[in-house]
Amino acid sequence: MVCESWKTKLDIYLDGEVAEKEMRNFDAHVRNCPSCAADALARVQMKRSIQAAGKRFAPTSDFRRRVRMSIAPKPRSSFGLTWTLAAALSLVLAASSLSAYFGIERSHGAQAYSEIADLHVAALASSSQVDVVSTDRHTVKPWFQGKIPFAFDLPELQNSEFSLLGGRMTYLGQAPGAHLIYAVRKHEISVLIFQESALVERWGNNSAARKELSFNVATWRQGGLRYFVIGDASATDINNLAKLFETTSS
Amino acid sequence: MFYPMDVSGADLQSDSFEELAMPLFDQLYNFAHWLTRNREEAEDLVQETYAKALKGFASFRLGSNFRAWMYRILRNAFLTSRTGLKVTMTVPLDTEEDGPELAVERDTPETLLFERMNQEVLQSAIDDLPVYSREILLLCEVEEMSYQEISETLSVPIGTVMSRLSRARRTLRDRLRPRLQEETTTVAMARERNHGL
Repeated sequence: MVCESWKTKLDIYLDGEVAEKEMRNFDAHVRNCPSCAADALARVQMKRSIQAAGKRFAPTSDFRRRVRMSIAPKPRSSFGLTWTLAAALSLVLAASSLSAYFGIERSHGAQAYSEIADLHVAALASSSQVDVVSTDRHTVKPWFQGKIPFAFDLPELQNSEFSLLGGRMTYLGQAPGAHLIYAVRKHEISVLIFQESALVERWGNNSAARKELSFNVATWRQGGLRYFVIGDASATDINNLAKLFETTSS
Repeated sequence: MFYPMDVSGADLQSDSFEELAMPLFDQLYNFAHWLTRNREEAEDLVQETYAKALKGFASFRLGSNFRAWMYRILRNAFLTSRTGLKVTMTVPLDTEEDGPELAVERDTPETLLFERMNQEVLQSAIDDLPVYSREILLLCEVEEMSYQEISETLSVPIGTVMSRLSRARRTLRDRLRPRLQEETTTVAMARERNHGL
């Protein structure tokens, strides 16, 4: 087939995604090749048909109004009122700032950890806990290629109590990450890995397991990645699994 | 279609979230409805998207693509929703890709019939596509996103965008082929009947 090399890239050409020089070559070829011209025409017709068919659903005006109201900036209070309130509040704030600071910090921390706990529980509660079911790290690791914008290493588990059950995609905030599930005795432990820079929340660099919402959680930063190990297993188990990951990734 | 969605620092100061986000409302709703296949769920998804985006607007990176950011939030919210989890759990593992897969199409005469195709038939065929094919086809053809924008929206490399898109188009053609043949036969039979009269 003379035109095979052209036709393999025809869709990319029609999507306007080939380089400028190649685009000119394509233009010239399509003008002079009846077969490719017919094929290009058919594909353009298909693109147009999909575009028309794809614009199918429209929101109601009531729904639009509701969303607009929910995101509209709140009206600002008047200058005088603002100052009066500010003066009154400053006294209260000054008195309670120290305790409030620690309260907020605790609250943020608890919320952040509760999101990690949610991911762990949601995965275990799912009818299909993992998307890639394998005990082989050389099967699980490549499965994440192309799905998450980073790579990571899984520890060798020979001579350890842990076994790998599989992995799945996950999200923390809007950041995509890897969710691995391990078993130790009858406990299941989640290992979650994200790009540190993609996370909104800032975490400490302490890897020692701590108790959060009755789960033991360890977290640390390593090689630009943020690791979480969470489960209802003992703090020793959580720390041991965390250490295996730390050693493998160092 | 051009969307001036790369937001600079000055824009972020002067433009409110509402001004940037509301022009995308119809498109996001359309995309959400295609994903969820249900009006109520689509509304919930869009509502959640706007709430999350507003909350995270401070973390939006200057100079990045606002439209891709909004679509990414919507898609992630869908994937973690009950419907999204159910749908993605049924996607076979072997659909994953290692790089561009650009098969030569040899069914040109059939694809020529797309022009005549009933819109409902095409909508039904798109609706029947697996979610990963459906979403990428809509982002490319309906939203007219560049491969780079799709890559940012789906958080996958451009090579994966190309292979998924190629696979989506091929699957759509394969699924439409029997319906096209049926349509062609019906038209031919009607012509014969008219000719006989």
